[in-house]
Amino acid sequence: MSESLVTFNNVSRFYGEVLGINNVSLTIPPGITSLVGPNGSGKTTLMNLMTGLIRPTEGEIRVLGIAPDHPEKLCRVAGYCTQYDAFPKGLTGYQFLYSYLRVFGMSHAECDERTLAAMQLVGLSDAAQRTVASYSKGMRQRIKLAQAVAHDPQVMVLDEPLNGLDPLARSEAIALFRQWGEKGRHVIVSSHILHEVDQISDQVILLSQGYVVAEGKIQGVRSEVKDQPMQILVRCDRPGMLAARLFQQDHVVEAKIHADGKGLLLRTKDADSFYLLLNRVILDSGLEVESVAPADDDVNSVYQYLIGGEGSAL
Amino acid sequence: MNQIGAVLRLEMKKTFLSKRGWWIYLLAIGPVFLTLMHWLVEMRFHSARHSLGEDSVVFAALYHFYFLRCGIFFGCMGIFSNLFRGEMLEKTLHYYYLTPLRRELLVAGKYVAGLASALVLFVGSTALSFLLIGRHFGPAWTDYLLHGPGLSQLGSYVLVTALACIGYGAVFLMCGILFRNPMIAAAVVWVWENLNPFLPSLLKKISVIFYLKNLCPVEVPIPPPFNVMVVETDPTPFWIAVPGLLAVALILLAYSAISARQLEISYGE
Repeated sequence: MSESLVTFNNVSRFYGEVLGINNVSLTIPPGITSLVGPNGSGKTTLMNLMTGLIRPTEGEIRVLGIAPDHPEKLCRVAGYCTQYDAFPKGLTGYQFLYSYLRVFGMSHAECDERTLAAMQLVGLSDAAQRTVASYSKGMRQRIKLAQAVAHDPQVMVLDEPLNGLDPLARSEAIALFRQWGEKGRHVIVSSHILHEVDQISDQVILLSQGYVVAEGKIQGVRSEVKDQPMQILVRCDRPGMLAARLFQQDHVVEAKIHADGKGLLLRTKDADSFYLLLNRVILDSGLEVESVAPADDDVNSVYQYLIGGEGSAL
Repeated sequence: MNQIGAVLRLEMKKTFLSKRGWWIYLLAIGPVFLTLMHWLVEMRFHSARHSLGEDSVVFAALYHFYFLRCGIFFGCMGIFSNLFRGEMLEKTLHYYYLTPLRRELLVAGKYVAGLASALVLFVGSTALSFLLIGRHFGPAWTDYLLHGPGLSQLGSYVLVTALACIGYGAVFLMCGILFRNPMIAAAVVWVWENLNPFLPSLLKKISVIFYLKNLCPVEVPIPPPFNVMVVETDPTPFWIAVPGLLAVALILLAYSAISARQLEISYGE
């Protein structure tokens, strides 16, 4: 089983006296996993650790069963698009991808084929013969992404991969991540853009000050946050009547009728009790309900609840 | 071997004849330019104020005091210490560290690439300078080269240059991995190497220049007033000096490989 997982077992990393991450234990399954947290929370440290660029002060890491201090094995199954916006001088986009693929020990023909495929994947085929130094920020971001995945790794670690991309390129990149995730690969992404994280993630890992605050599917994480009343939006024909019934309950903290008169946003400490009550109201009074949906089980809300004001950098 | 070849090709593409190495090319071209000027001036004015033997001593002095103590030393420093440190400063070393390449092979590939550049530049410069310095003697110089000691002297100079590149290359590659600022380490090594004639016998032997000097075909005495401070030591035989230097280079490379394996990529952040 651990052969298909990325695992951190009580991993700590200190930079001198400065904490990078502390006592992190994680299991990352295949699919898209987003690392979310403010600057300095430990996202990049976590990524550098799992790709072997740095070593843990304590603990054990395995990527598909491989220890990161065996780059000969690890780098065949993992690719890392780092945050560093730097490239070897004087190389064209094609040379950049091709040359590092050759270091993998592949033949000229295979490297050529993979380079062209990777450049096409990120939409840079036309710029292949231009030096990377002449690329725009978005193009540099795309060539880094191409370089990280050109060898077709099983685990893709992508540090802020959407930075600098225009909206079209973003949606193309997100589509690629989804495609990889659906193929059963590990796509581990850090991002500051929470609504995009929400769109793409199969699971999230929330980090704060070097600690993992929460991990798992975002709805599951939200339901674990007991101290914050859950927000639920009910679209129905008589929100006023529903609000009156709800106010008789202890667990309902707040209820607001929507401006169009067709919806009710409420906050409850006990979602299960609310759903039972709603069923009863529908049966008793024939309330016509169009939709019922949680309004705060997105990454942004969970992030605000768990990490709060620290997220100002986001 | 495929992987070392790939590193070698990539390194040559990135660094050989790159703009930022201009000062290293100047160090290599400088003596060629001087000897070329010497030839042209002698050809133009036919001064003939010196003999062929004197030119040979002049070249020996140029070799001892410029090539060994300055040109090759600083050239190797520029080439080899940047192989790792340069990539750390430019934040590009992680591209190598994210390939399935054993760090030992990375060190070997980079070293061979640096060595190829250094050999082309400094062996070329040494040979050209030697061939040009007596060129104005015409047939006498050709005769000196082909039938006299010229060719064997040239061979010795080329060998010493190659050994210097191998030895200093290994020293500076290691400095580039171990030290954030390899210039300080280079300055210490340079002072040590230049103090060599004045050191006690035992300390003399802990250097590169001591062995190289002994392999040079023409000895150049230290000029007065410094000559009184020179400590005379028996020269090391060829069969010890050459394998000894190669062994030291190998040990330094092995240590560099271990250090490269332990190296973390954080670029000082």
